[in-house]
Amino acid sequence: MNTRIAMTVAGVLLATVTFSVAQAEDGYDAPAGWPSPVVEHSMGMALFDRLEYAVPDKGHDELVWDFQAWYGGDVNRVYLKSEGENVQGDGESAEFESLELLYSRSVADFWELQGGIGYQGGVFSGDHAERTYGVIGLQGVVPYGIETDAAMQVSDEGDVSASVEGEYDLRLTQRFYLQPRTEISVAASQVEEFGIGKGLNSVRLGMCLGYEMTRRFAPYIGAYWQKQYGDTADLSRADGDATEDTGVVAGVKLLF
Amino acid sequence: MARSRVITHPLSRRQILKGGAALGLGSAAALGLRPSWANPWGQTNVYSKGVEDGPEVALAIRRESIPIAGQQARPISINGTSPGPMIRLKEGHDAVLRVTNLLDEPTSIHWHGLILPPGMDGVPGVSFPGIAPGETFTYRFPVRQNGTYWYHSHSGLQEQLGHAGPLIIDAAEREPFRYDREHVLLLTDWTFEEPTSVFRNLKTAEGYYNFQERTIADFFADVREKGVAATAEMRGMWAKMRMSSRDIADVTGSTYRYLLNGHSPEENWTALFKAGERVRLRVINGSAMSYFDVRIPGLKMTVVAADGQPVQPVPVDEFRIGVAETYDVLITPEDDSAYTLFAEAMDRSGYARATLAPREGMAAEIPERRQIADRGMEAMAAHGMEGMDHASMPGMDDAGMAGMDHSSMQGMDHSNMAGMDQADAQGMSAERGRMNANGMLAAGAAQPGSRYDQAGIGIDSGEHRMLVYRDLKAFTPWPDRREPERELELHLTGNMERYIWSFDDKKFSEVSGPLHFNKDERLRLILINDTMMEHPIHLHGMWMELENGQGELIPRKHTLNVKPGERVSALITADAEGSWAFHCHLLYHMDAGMFRVVKVS
Repeated sequence: MNTRIAMTVAGVLLATVTFSVAQAEDGYDAPAGWPSPVVEHSMGMALFDRLEYAVPDKGHDELVWDFQAWYGGDVNRVYLKSEGENVQGDGESAEFESLELLYSRSVADFWELQGGIGYQGGVFSGDHAERTYGVIGLQGVVPYGIETDAAMQVSDEGDVSASVEGEYDLRLTQRFYLQPRTEISVAASQVEEFGIGKGLNSVRLGMCLGYEMTRRFAPYIGAYWQKQYGDTADLSRADGDATEDTGVVAGVKLLF
Repeated sequence: MARSRVITHPLSRRQILKGGAALGLGSAAALGLRPSWANPWGQTNVYSKGVEDGPEVALAIRRESIPIAGQQARPISINGTSPGPMIRLKEGHDAVLRVTNLLDEPTSIHWHGLILPPGMDGVPGVSFPGIAPGETFTYRFPVRQNGTYWYHSHSGLQEQLGHAGPLIIDAAEREPFRYDREHVLLLTDWTFEEPTSVFRNLKTAEGYYNFQERTIADFFADVREKGVAATAEMRGMWAKMRMSSRDIADVTGSTYRYLLNGHSPEENWTALFKAGERVRLRVINGSAMSYFDVRIPGLKMTVVAADGQPVQPVPVDEFRIGVAETYDVLITPEDDSAYTLFAEAMDRSGYARATLAPREGMAAEIPERRQIADRGMEAMAAHGMEGMDHASMPGMDDAGMAGMDHSSMQGMDHSNMAGMDQADAQGMSAERGRMNANGMLAAGAAQPGSRYDQAGIGIDSGEHRMLVYRDLKAFTPWPDRREPERELELHLTGNMERYIWSFDDKKFSEVSGPLHFNKDERLRLILINDTMMEHPIHLHGMWMELENGQGELIPRKHTLNVKPGERVSALITADAEGSWAFHCHLLYHMDAGMFRVVKVS
């Protein structure tokens, strides 16, 4: 039922893409067969904002990714986004926190409204609990230059959750940058299977120091602190996991 | 590798030249790898050699391996050189220019600044369908003007690959100045990246080529100089806008090699003179994206023509040349010594250089490079930053004040006389504030919000004599002395983050029809720059008489530089029936949508 809602939302959004592509594009009355003097092309990019190895103080080492790619024009784009981690040495495959296919539309300078479908679980194995969800979000840059991605998810079971991420680049030199980063997640209902409690779930704060060897390749090192709250913390305690942890990371930012 | 590439191509250069000779085209000049007009002895008005002399010229366009700045490169060549040969025509002749496309994609040549029939203008999709691979297109037009111009491809991003060259037209009658020798100086920007990659980088990663961004160190330097409060306020405003005050060039010296007559600064192209001679330098900015500041330390330059059209002499130490503009300057080196001609990119990320010397093998000192400047209030004003007022702006410079003037004028229209009073109150002379019978500003008057007395970003006024638009004065009034009947206002707009550039917030793909000029009307075109970048705006087919406050002696130009936040105007006599291109001459701005078709009917 809720999957259907998500599919409907995605369908409507895709119809909007088709609709807006079919706009008039003759800015002049040249004879038929002449080319347009200026031709627009769709383009795309792919970015591993974080591809890092994390060494937490209490938990297990992890390989973490935060990926997004888009293809399209100036207004309408299709996004593929994914975040997840592979805990080292637990014998399990990688867990996708999210794998999302989104339609994105520029709604204002610096802002894109995005919606689509997502998947959470272990893509390549049955090691992790799975669910699908519909997602709607707003991605952009707030005044003062903080890159923001806020999104709300409704799962196939009707569970509602939301998250907001923000990061800021502070330029130390033309190549070195310092990047504070935060991630906050909340949920409207408890989903024990995924270790999600009602209310504020977790807060994560991180800081990394990167070096842009090129615009496309920037290795970095960093540290983070994260804490779980309320029922979410209780669920972790029940599993014998830490509810508060710190760690260090080393990784690369890759732009394609 | 170069060798094998040549072989894999269907025609070698020699074959083409042979073919060319058989067709009765091609001079010996075409044989060299370098354009023959880059001959160190230049031209004199007594003899000429080594150019594609008109009125009949044949040009072959191909892509081939030619080293640039000492590295392997694959530019587009014209008759074997890149940039292409100089074409020399004579006023009063009928030019016949045969262009053969040996590329594997369509191409074109636009004769920049020439007044000619619409079908001969060379813009694919506007003037003609373009030149298909393997085809020859013959351009035929009467040459009705003289001066320094240039030509370039108007197809896609080909211009970035060196598909350009100088076009010089000798005057039928005596010009208003004399000289003993002349040199052509063509400035270009070359990248070893494919132009499509450059465009993709601009589209997908904002600030990709800017390695002169502000850092923490700049912040503390400003704090020391201006204090914490003023610095924090200024930086806060930029941050709030999510903009960079160092956004002066989209594509910079981090990928560009700035070339002069096809040569890198290290190659040091040399132009020769004899001491005491008066030398005419025909300076053309044929680059895709780069503005240059040109000077010759130790020599005064006298500007005698702008965009090919004579102007009353202006002695200067330096001039800024926008993309697609041309300036003719006279110099008289008295000493038997070498001089450096220094063309520094506006963002200071690099430079092109040549040497002027009495003998080959000489060199003069290369001047110290200047630091990149931060954009000020004028750029912010362009973006309609709210809450600006004069009192709260510490550390604001002259440029800033002009920006403020502009912002206080925003939304003023010509029926609003209160606005005009305000302009008068701010120091406009009675002459400039005068209205014509149509209730418009008198012909030739400078618009409020114009900054014709400023050279622009990165120039400290008072440092030395810098050419400004206000200096340009025609020799005699242009023939059409009518007052404007109509005003057409266009905003220059953009979105830096997505690299969208447009007129009136509409890309070319979003407009529903051409801009309409009524045949033979006298039109005032008002350009308002709402972006924080300079835009060189080029109208094909008709002159724009720049209303720089010189009344009936306003100069005429084919390309107008509009600074951030500035409002400029030009008078146009819409006598050229047909469809014409109108666009920003920054190549990637045009390709991103800052393009319109003007229809005169």
